[in-house]
Amino acid sequence: MSADPTQVLAFETDCHIFDGCGFPAPGLHSFLFEPIWGHQDDAVYFNKTMLLALLGSVIIIGFFWAAFRKPQVVPGKLQMVAEAGYDFIRRGVVYETIGKKEGEKYVPLVVSLFFFIWMMNLWSIVPVAQFPVTSIIAYPLVLALIVYVLWVSLTFKRHGFVGAFKNITGYDKSLGPVLPLAMLIEFFSNLLVRPFTHAVRLFANMFAGHTLLLLFTIASWYLLNGVGIAYAGVSFVMVIVMTAFELFIQALQAYVFVLLTCTYIQGALAEHH
Amino acid sequence: MSQLLILAAEETQNPLVPPIPELVIGLIAFVIVFGFLAKKLLPNINKVLEQRREAIEGGIEKAEAAQTEAQSVLEQYKAQLAEARHEAARLRQEAQEQGATLIAEMRAEGQRQREEIIAAGHAQIAADRKAAASALRQDVGQLATELAGKLVGESLQDHARQSRTIDRFLDGLDDSASKAEATR
Repeated sequence: MSADPTQVLAFETDCHIFDGCGFPAPGLHSFLFEPIWGHQDDAVYFNKTMLLALLGSVIIIGFFWAAFRKPQVVPGKLQMVAEAGYDFIRRGVVYETIGKKEGEKYVPLVVSLFFFIWMMNLWSIVPVAQFPVTSIIAYPLVLALIVYVLWVSLTFKRHGFVGAFKNITGYDKSLGPVLPLAMLIEFFSNLLVRPFTHAVRLFANMFAGHTLLLLFTIASWYLLNGVGIAYAGVSFVMVIVMTAFELFIQALQAYVFVLLTCTYIQGALAEHH
Repeated sequence: MSQLLILAAEETQNPLVPPIPELVIGLIAFVIVFGFLAKKLLPNINKVLEQRREAIEGGIEKAEAAQTEAQSVLEQYKAQLAEARHEAARLRQEAQEQGATLIAEMRAEGQRQREEIIAAGHAQIAADRKAAASALRQDVGQLATELAGKLVGESLQDHARQSRTIDRFLDGLDDSASKAEATR
């Protein structure tokens, strides 16, 4: 079985149905890779996910470098595409939630976040790579923490200590005797749970998506024996369908992540809840 | 045995516990992207977008200016046209009035001339009649004297007598003529 975290492929290629071999189901082990350099237990090592993360950064920068290095007033094709993406995030997300005046400052961050996450998600269906970087919790978490630090510090800078506390706990006198309880829940939900849910929402979606893709891909291969070939065909159709679905989910989750980012920033800047 | 291995692997690699090296790499990867976009590429494109916006707005402003100008020119033209029409109507009116006065004047002039001619004709006739009357009086006196001399057989050479007799006769004639004129 494939419990060994040092495997290269997600499943064993010589295992087929009717060969007395059990289905090599995907699991947590599918998200572990033998480091390319160093060892998993060492303090410093380098694995496929890290490679994809850095490569993804290079691709994003390469794309925007090609598009925006020498931008023209009358845009070329590449610039037009990049502009459309940029404008979508700027207008459709930042201006919509935070507003044009306050939001302008955060446009670069939100645009970077969106394209970074999208690229990391896209690795899921890029041949050979075929692994969403964001299905490793570290990557969504680090992004969620950046956003967390930003909006918490913004809250304190904007409202002072007492004001920030009231903002975060949703202080509202009209609640009367329920106020302490409401404040406790709000404090818990905003300050402690929020970064976690923010990261996990992205992580879990990509994790599940990758597992589904793996499941059908492995099944297509595993069933490819005798009468199983008919089932393998069905499974392969599902691979195609799920790939298309993942393509949609990848963009959607990146969008949801930045939309939530903007909502948090907007909440931090808002005068009163 | 393999189940145990899986469990062991899962215990050491909880998917919700991030390994520190991956956190660091994730941070680095994002900071690289953010740095490039925020410091260089997005300011670049913002500048161009601003230029484009200005260019488009400039074009719109120009078009608007041209339209307003066209509008004002059209209004001016219309005003001029209306003025010209008005002027033409006024001129026509004036010409009609002038024509009417001219005709009236000519008519008056003609009338006057006709009357003058008639008056002159009358005067001429009167003068002619007077001249004819005086010439006739002399001729009649001579003829009557010659006739009377032949009848009487003697020459009425005696001037005093002759002229007295003739004058007496002609006075009688004048009296009867003036009487006849007065009754007419």
